[in-house]
Amino acid sequence: MGESIAVEVRSVTKRFPGPGSRPGSEVVAVDNVTLQILDGEFFSLLGPSGCGKTTTLRMIAGFEHPTSGEIYIHGKPMGLTPPYQRNTNMVFQNYALFPHMTVARNVAFGLEMRKVPKEEIERRVQEALAMVRLDGFGSRRPNQLSGGQQQRIALARALVNRPEVLLLDEPLGALDLKLRKEMQLELKTLQREVGITFIYVTHDQEEALTMSDRIAVMHQGRILQVGTPTEIYERPSCRFVADFIGETNFLEGTVQEQEESRVTVLVDGLLPVIAETDHRLPRGARVSVAVRPEKIRLVPEPVPGEHNTFEGRVEQVVYVGTATLFRVRLSPNVSLAIREQNIISTPDSRAYSWGVGGQVHVAWLYDAGRVLTD
Amino acid sequence: MSARAAGAPSLQGVARCGSRLGRIMRLMFTANGLMSYLFLYAPILVLVIFSFNASRFVTDWAGFSLRWYAKLFDDAAMMAALKNSLIVAFASTLVSTLFGTMTALAMERYEFFGKLGLDALLYLPIIIPEISMAVMLLLFFILARIPLGITTIIISHIAFNISFVTVVVRARLAGMDRQLEEAAQDLYANELKTFWRVTLPLMMPGILAGALMAFTLSLDDFVITFFTAGVGSTTLPLRIYSMVKLGITPEINAVSTVLIAASMTLVLFSLLLQRERRTEKVRNI
Repeated sequence: MGESIAVEVRSVTKRFPGPGSRPGSEVVAVDNVTLQILDGEFFSLLGPSGCGKTTTLRMIAGFEHPTSGEIYIHGKPMGLTPPYQRNTNMVFQNYALFPHMTVARNVAFGLEMRKVPKEEIERRVQEALAMVRLDGFGSRRPNQLSGGQQQRIALARALVNRPEVLLLDEPLGALDLKLRKEMQLELKTLQREVGITFIYVTHDQEEALTMSDRIAVMHQGRILQVGTPTEIYERPSCRFVADFIGETNFLEGTVQEQEESRVTVLVDGLLPVIAETDHRLPRGARVSVAVRPEKIRLVPEPVPGEHNTFEGRVEQVVYVGTATLFRVRLSPNVSLAIREQNIISTPDSRAYSWGVGGQVHVAWLYDAGRVLTD
Repeated sequence: MSARAAGAPSLQGVARCGSRLGRIMRLMFTANGLMSYLFLYAPILVLVIFSFNASRFVTDWAGFSLRWYAKLFDDAAMMAALKNSLIVAFASTLVSTLFGTMTALAMERYEFFGKLGLDALLYLPIIIPEISMAVMLLLFFILARIPLGITTIIISHIAFNISFVTVVVRARLAGMDRQLEEAAQDLYANELKTFWRVTLPLMMPGILAGALMAFTLSLDDFVITFFTAGVGSTTLPLRIYSMVKLGITPEINAVSTVLIAASMTLVLFSLLLQRERRTEKVRNI
């Protein structure tokens, strides 16, 4: 991965005229967003619908222009440069293949517009079709292909131009689950092979975690956190990120004391809980401790040393194949979701029973909890 | 099932093949359909058959003959009327297709002051009685001191055809995926190239359907043409009308048959083009 910056989004804000188009009734789609995307990186913009991720992508492509701020592609400010003068290519959500042209003409379109010599177009189109494993499909019409095939043609049509940056707007959204999983890995492999910077918009957190080098989590037009999948998942910066990516238990409480990154939080209606933070927190501040369900263990006895450990009663047991999901109540207003991997094939063969109503102990490492301030 | 139970007027009763009521109902539905078609097409069929009549009286059948068709093409006045009709149809179709397409693009793609009002006005020529429009046009030409003739007919036909073309082209545009144009621009095509390479080819079936419709409407129009025609600008429908006043001859049957055949062919083409669009859409889903 190169260290130079492929795309920089600097303090970009985008406002759209609101409903009724009265002056002043504006919708802020993107709110002062700053991002640096490195050369050759697989970068994802992740967030719920309406968070501004697609608008950000469309501004990089040139379909929309920032109300304020600037977008740079390889250091060049884009200003009002139209899409056809930008060295970026886009893969659209519903593919947007030209229905009146054959597959080969679709793929050749960008090269023809750039007046590439005929023989070279021919060769590169063949290469691109081979790359997406659809050689021999050149003479067909887009509507004769399946969704997955159309998806690949859309990819070939963009990549054949060797863009500086490839923009992908939820390209797998219309595919069924199994095909989507396949295409995720295929896309990732393809990206490594061609070495082009990918900016990928998705609302699917699992998709983002699977494919990305780095992820930016967006909410209400703002960037909440930028980081590697591990950073985003293991060290969420705020409650929204912790909640949106995967599942999380939140324990509300007040800060009792802090030693380096380790904080003791007095959780309401419970004993103190020890967890990690990146910030300096004042004594008595209201915080929540976030703990992932798979990091909590069910144990017969309290676990000593480096563990938060409590006694509780099993309220619910759900078997989901790879794991069993438990809900354990620790106090009248604190309960935890716990995910236990099904290592033993028959739960009955355990030495102890975790049936509903059973008394158990729960334990998790101090490091597993994150203190969030909002 | 007993006949009494089947006597209840229920949908199941109709659907059940074996029941007596069901059979009667289905027979009545079929008869209803047949009668409707008979009512619509029997006069046309009679007209077409009698255009091949050897007799010079419309109501007496005297064997098959093409003499009225031959006479038709020897009739100088009739041929002049046909020429006028074709000139009017081609000219008004050309102009109204051009303006109708541009209007459709403007209405579908751009926001501008007074769009809502213009949108409503656009449907006016379609919904107001043709006779009112004819009178208005005539008054306009008199006030504007434009002498009545083939030019005024063409202008009048353009006036109503623009609305029809716009409606048809707009329907096509509305069903078009805007992302296709964005995709073209993303692939380095500027606005003009995007229009030529993507927008226009995708609009084409709509434009052709609109043009065919305009051509048919122009060819068949009587009321507006009657009001706006001058000396020496008689079109085919006007010619037929003046002949009918002197009594119906088999020649009228022949020319009507020709007109019907031409109109039906054009409408059929127009429908086929629009149908193409629909199947395209279905396949894309």
